[in-house]
Amino acid sequence: MRAFTYERASSPAAAASAVAGTKGAKFIAGGTNLIDLMKIEVEVPTHLVDVNGLGLDEISETEEGGLRIGALVSNTALAADQRVRRDYGVLTRAIVAGASGQLRNKATTGGNLLQRTRCPYFYDTNQPCNKRSPDSGCGALHGYSRQLGIMGVSDQCIATYPGDMAVAMRVLDAVVETVKPDGMTRAIPIADFHRTWESAPEKDNVLEAGELITAVTLPKPLGGTHLYRKVRDRASYAFALVSVAAVIQPDGTGRFAVGGIGAKPWRSTAADAQLRNGASAAAQVLTQGAKTTEHNAFKVPLVERTLAAVLAEARSKGAAA
Amino acid sequence: MKFDNPAGKNPIDRMKVVGKAYNRIDGPLKTTGQAPYAYERHDVAEGQLYGYILGSAIAKGRIKSMDLTDAQNAPGVKGVVSTLDHDPMKSNFNTASLFGGPQIQHYHQAIAMVMAETFEQARAAAALIRVDYAREDGRFDLEALAPSAPPADGKEVSYGDFDAAWASAPVKHEARYTTPAESHSMMEPHATIAAWKKTDDGRDHVTIWTSNQMIQWNKMALAGVLGIEQDQVRVDSPFLGGGFGSKLFLRADAVVAALGAKQVGQPVKVMLQRPLIFNNTTHRAATIQSISLGAEKDGKLTAIRHISTNGNLPGGDTEGSTAQTQFLYASPNRYTNLHLAEMDLPEANAMRAPGEAPGMMALEMAMDELAETLDMCPVKLRVINDTQVDPTKPSRPFSERHLVECLQQGAAKFGWPEGGKYPKPGGKRDGEWLTGIGMAAGFRDNLLMKSAARVRLKPGGRLVVETDMTDIGTGSYTILAQTAAEMMGLPLEAVEVTLGDSDFPASAGSGGQWGANNSTAGVYAACVKLREMAADKVGFNAADVDFDEGEIRSGGNAVALSDAAADGELVAEDGIEYGDIGERYKQSTFAGHFVEVAVNAYTGESRIKRMLAVCSAGRILNPKSARSQVIGAMTMGAGAALMEDMAVDTRFGFFVNHDLAGYEVPVHLDIPHQEVVFLDEVDEKSSPMKAKGVGELGLCGVGAAIANAIYNATGVRVRDYPITLDKHLEKLPAIA
Ligand SMILES: Cc1cc2nc3c(=O)[nH]c(=O)nc-3n(C[C@H](O)[C@H](O)[C@H](O)COP(=O)(O)OP(=O)(O)OC[C@H]3O[C@@H](n4cnc5c(N)ncnc54)[C@H](O)[C@@H]3O)c2cc1C
Ligand code: SF4
Repeated sequence: MRAFTYERASSPAAAASAVAGTKGAKFIAGGTNLIDLMKIEVEVPTHLVDVNGLGLDEISETEEGGLRIGALVSNTALAADQRVRRDYGVLTRAIVAGASGQLRNKATTGGNLLQRTRCPYFYDTNQPCNKRSPDSGCGALHGYSRQLGIMGVSDQCIATYPGDMAVAMRVLDAVVETVKPDGMTRAIPIADFHRTWESAPEKDNVLEAGELITAVTLPKPLGGTHLYRKVRDRASYAFALVSVAAVIQPDGTGRFAVGGIGAKPWRSTAADAQLRNGASAAAQVLTQGAKTTEHNAFKVPLVERTLAAVLAEARSKGAAA
Repeated sequence: MKFDNPAGKNPIDRMKVVGKAYNRIDGPLKTTGQAPYAYERHDVAEGQLYGYILGSAIAKGRIKSMDLTDAQNAPGVKGVVSTLDHDPMKSNFNTASLFGGPQIQHYHQAIAMVMAETFEQARAAAALIRVDYAREDGRFDLEALAPSAPPADGKEVSYGDFDAAWASAPVKHEARYTTPAESHSMMEPHATIAAWKKTDDGRDHVTIWTSNQMIQWNKMALAGVLGIEQDQVRVDSPFLGGGFGSKLFLRADAVVAALGAKQVGQPVKVMLQRPLIFNNTTHRAATIQSISLGAEKDGKLTAIRHISTNGNLPGGDTEGSTAQTQFLYASPNRYTNLHLAEMDLPEANAMRAPGEAPGMMALEMAMDELAETLDMCPVKLRVINDTQVDPTKPSRPFSERHLVECLQQGAAKFGWPEGGKYPKPGGKRDGEWLTGIGMAAGFRDNLLMKSAARVRLKPGGRLVVETDMTDIGTGSYTILAQTAAEMMGLPLEAVEVTLGDSDFPASAGSGGQWGANNSTAGVYAACVKLREMAADKVGFNAADVDFDEGEIRSGGNAVALSDAAADGELVAEDGIEYGDIGERYKQSTFAGHFVEVAVNAYTGESRIKRMLAVCSAGRILNPKSARSQVIGAMTMGAGAALMEDMAVDTRFGFFVNHDLAGYEVPVHLDIPHQEVVFLDEVDEKSSPMKAKGVGELGLCGVGAAIANAIYNATGVRVRDYPITLDKHLEKLPAIA
């Protein structure tokens, strides 16, 4: 870990301009991802701006009938919120499928969206990795890639966004609210928030330098059956090989997003439209153009089978209701 | 004390203290954070510096140059130990050099250690070392190397005529099985504090406070690599947070700590950072095994062949995966052999139940496949092929062998199906889960090793046991106290046990599940001597005394045991040594493993529902700690069957998933229900304790039982461990 300086910001805009004003500065929220990466010098910030204590840890109702989740709301608090559990069950299910209780207590909504890939070559500074060290090559592409991505990837990088929470947010059409160093705010649909790896894989998302996430908003509730299914080698405390977040209506229509397969939570409206025709049809549309390796090719059939499990569960829940 | 003939009746047979399910006597120290583990021994030496090790960034080649300037000038840094300033250092126990020289033999080989005032300073400075390497090509792909790997010297076992018997066998099964490299991944990483001093005669003397399973081996090894005499080294390791074989041998932490402390003239402490555990230390070798089983129509085996191949660094050893195949089943014809490929991956070496753990994963899957070919009960197949003698040396009986009882009791307790045959594979569904059952035999050798101890009867009547035996989480403290208490007729609370110090008498140490039986036998021997001294002291005839309830009794007379030490402590030292009794009788431990699993019909995820092990391992010294050993081993077996897999990058030559997020071991949710039964038995040929090892038995066979249950659930046979969902996903039964 390199030496760094540290400050607590006094307001969201001040935090943004503090980061923009110091070369190599970064925000720190829960620190559960950033500090791990600093210890092994994958992240080497010169200055940390602490964004805890800015009043961004509230969940409130929006005029449109949805929820605004402050960027510093912990994963534990978000998953436990009564309104979330009632109206956005897929989000609670996704969060509690991730990490461990201790980590979720520290992890924040903004930090979770920005957690970096778990590609093992990214984590090992002796290995080539375009994401960590641009133009050094991709160690994983012809190496060990079982965990890695098949959608939105390129020969530059095949990393996945590893998280769970954002997969549910993708299915809910959440919007990421930010403030820039100049005080301007913007609202970024989650579909456009994370990047894919056609070029510049060192850049995970569309945030500009110093741009601070202030909140994530959820549109008004969708109704339907909310499900999250996370598939992994051990029963708990592991990142997803594949995960499916879905909201299924009684008539069999609905929407789904898939985690563990792509540069970002993967969803397409064309695939959603196929849900009525079953898992096979919908999964095929979603994974069209998949770029697989010998190690991760199984993710294509696994998406279909996991979706089938989710649809079967939705049917049985719907029938029970 | 020489042990060469079956034990007669002795004080342990009373079983007043031995055989009782006592809690660990060291438990309160551990649960209150007071047990001194190596890295936390702040009190043993003043002015400890923090070390941080730099591992090689390449797998094979040479260091052309190393620039230490920035590191040496970094804040807080007191010195840097460089591999270029030393000759290659390794002991007879190591294959790869631990430190020294420009040559790189494997990834994350230790090449430097920075010493600084704080851990953070040392770590930051280590990242400033610039190394210029000359990379060389290496051999990293076992699959590619295995076909041309030659047989290792002296490993062939040939008995009868396998080829002829195989050719004429009416029923055959032959298949290839693979097991991956596995990491010990014990909770406590390797760690050492080293401090030098001058002895009275002016010589240098180093003490290492470390985490090590085999104190004498390490004292010898450290003296050897440092080029000093053994009496210039003290090794102290009273508590270990696990080892599983990773801490049998001297490792880089101890070497660089000693070198660094010498270089800066100040104590140094260092711990291997977690990623170094995988590529810097040892691992269990991956294996490729081929098994051929020929049988009569009634299931009697007539031909057994088992050949296993693994890779290792030049000069490294085989993984003895055929060990059990020599002894487990009767057959007049058998052939086993081990092949060894030279490779440039990190050193493969012993991990819990070396040989038998991966060997049983293959053999016991093959036996199930044979049972299916025979359309026969898999329990019965194993029972009818039981042998009470060493099959390749029929004049040599097993000391005790109750495999059949383990299997039969296990089947009854588990509720094995009527008639014994497996339910139709892939035929049972419970909601979205396919369910299945599986079984396997368990087998692991029992090894006899000499072991010594000292016992002190203190004025006031307390008894202190001293031996360099280690407690790697197994319960050594407790069973040694039980042994001494039983021998001296004292309550457990009157005994204090001190371990892990090389100044104490040399014990068997912890490894190969030999620790419990041999180290307690060593304490037994010392206590026999103390009993004689105590009897003598109070004027009783030693041949006719009884030690009970804190008294020495003879005829109608009794005196308090403490009277024997009234005018000064009594000290007795002795050890157990074995003649050829292990040659005359084959000594092994046995189990029957039974498992129920569920496999998700959609996703292929396998989850264990319940596990049962019925074990035969001589006298059980403490049913509670023995059970802990067996359920821990069953858990490790579940990891081996379902998830543990060190992924090799065959281009760059390293284990890629080198942390505990990438190398998955079971979590609580993976292990819902475990049951362990011990047969009530003694083995009079194992030692005066009549006990045997249990620590590795629980691992040997359980992986195959899980694999067999998965097959029974899915109807898809996966012969490449671990059985992850991708290996059977697309062959699962259609979802109705
Ligand atoms: C062992 C382990 C297991 C895990 N398992 C899972 C899992 O199964 N599923 C899962 O989804 N996650 C998992 N995680 C990841 C965990 O969810 C993330 O570490 C956590 O959500 C990050 O949140 P944080 O607040 O700690 O972020 P930090 O570490 O503080 O920050 C992460 C990044 O976000 C930036 N940042 C933080 N807040 C803001 C903001 N408001 N605006 C702009 N930038 C910001 C920081 O600069 C940094 O670059 C696991 C983590 C660990 C350590
Ligand atoms: S997949 Fe991406 S993160 Fe992984 S090594 Fe390649 S470039 Fe780096």
